[in-house]
Amino acid sequence: MSTPPTDGRGLAPIVARHPFCADMSVADVALLAGCAENVKFAPGELLFRNGAQANSSYLLRAGRVALVVHGAGVAETAEAGELLGWSWLHPPYRWHFDARAETAVRAVRLDGDCLRRKCEADPRFGFDLTRRILFQVTRRLERSRLHGLDVFRGAR
Amino acid sequence: MTAAPLKDPWVPTPMEVQQVIRETADTVTLTLDASARPLHFAPGQFNMLFRLGFGEVPISISGDPAEPDKLVHTIRSVGATSHPLTTVLPGDVLGVRGPYGSAWPVEAARGSDVLIVAGGIGLAPLRPAILQLLRNRAHYARVLVLYGARNPADLLFLRQLHHWRGRFDLDVQVTVDRAPADWFGPVGVVTRLMERARFDPDDTVVMTCGPEVMMRFVVREAEHQGVPPQNIYLSMERNMKCAVALCGHCLWGPDFVCKDGAVFRWDAVAHRFDHPGL
Repeated sequence: MSTPPTDGRGLAPIVARHPFCADMSVADVALLAGCAENVKFAPGELLFRNGAQANSSYLLRAGRVALVVHGAGVAETAEAGELLGWSWLHPPYRWHFDARAETAVRAVRLDGDCLRRKCEADPRFGFDLTRRILFQVTRRLERSRLHGLDVFRGAR
Repeated sequence: MTAAPLKDPWVPTPMEVQQVIRETADTVTLTLDASARPLHFAPGQFNMLFRLGFGEVPISISGDPAEPDKLVHTIRSVGATSHPLTTVLPGDVLGVRGPYGSAWPVEAARGSDVLIVAGGIGLAPLRPAILQLLRNRAHYARVLVLYGARNPADLLFLRQLHHWRGRFDLDVQVTVDRAPADWFGPVGVVTRLMERARFDPDDTVVMTCGPEVMMRFVVREAEHQGVPPQNIYLSMERNMKCAVALCGHCLWGPDFVCKDGAVFRWDAVAHRFDHPGL
């Protein structure tokens, strides 16, 4: 992170405006914002590294992030308006790829430990958050299927 | 609206190759001199191109409908008939039959957002629609062109893509499935661009062309975002031989792709995708 994170208090309006949080209640936004900090990355900086402990989600606010699979290169890019990272949600809590800032990146980092505690304490909040993440996972799965089909190879 | 084909559908008109542009390692764009007999066509239509000694193959028209004296086709070398078309030189003569087939609903889309989603060489049949949209830009709301290719080396019409990206009234996004180190743009499948695109799903016309599997994912994403099935159009490809609905090679369900397509409205053909044998 190229600049020190700012305190999570006061981030609720920013969190609320992020597409991932569309139609989220004010109370739930406050819960998320309580786990949030504002972060910035310079081009080339890693948001996280393959194999490292996963303890964050990022609500991308600006810029582009490359998801780099070791040995295979850039598998996909993520951009402003998207959620990046959900490996904090389930064991073994490890990242499965590098996330490298391609451009200057601004994001809200959500702390995984903090989120897990709140999910366990408030299952309704936990269910809503998990459902939102599952939606992102489903879309990633759809894209991975299409990507894996390599439809342009030999296409007429 | 579709243009009428030539009077005798079996007789090719000889046309001289004016210009050859190599787009990628296996794809060229040919401009044929049609000034002696301007060929009026609608975006989405195709011609049968004939090179003496090698046979005939259907190729979508990729040029500007407002310039009927310049007949433009973009051809990928994929077989024994198409490959010789990619090796012609200026001054060579090709036979042309056409134009055939249905058209993109460019006129019907007036007043709406238009979302063009192309994959690989699928940008070629959509280019006439884009050019016509831009020629009448004031009659449309948002116009978006989303283009995906396997890698940057496979991108068509690079100079024109750069020009389009420089316009303030057109949103052009390009992605590649696989990126070399010097690619500084989005990586991922073309449906990813749809997730990020801003359009009014209730009043958007989607036109898509690319590999059939890609189009199925595009349609699914468009429907997921709320675009009505009757506003989604796709260009199908089947083995076309005669181009005039006689030989039956391109029969797809009750339709001849050469006559009733290649552009189809999704709600009219969606059920056929549940029957892979068709």
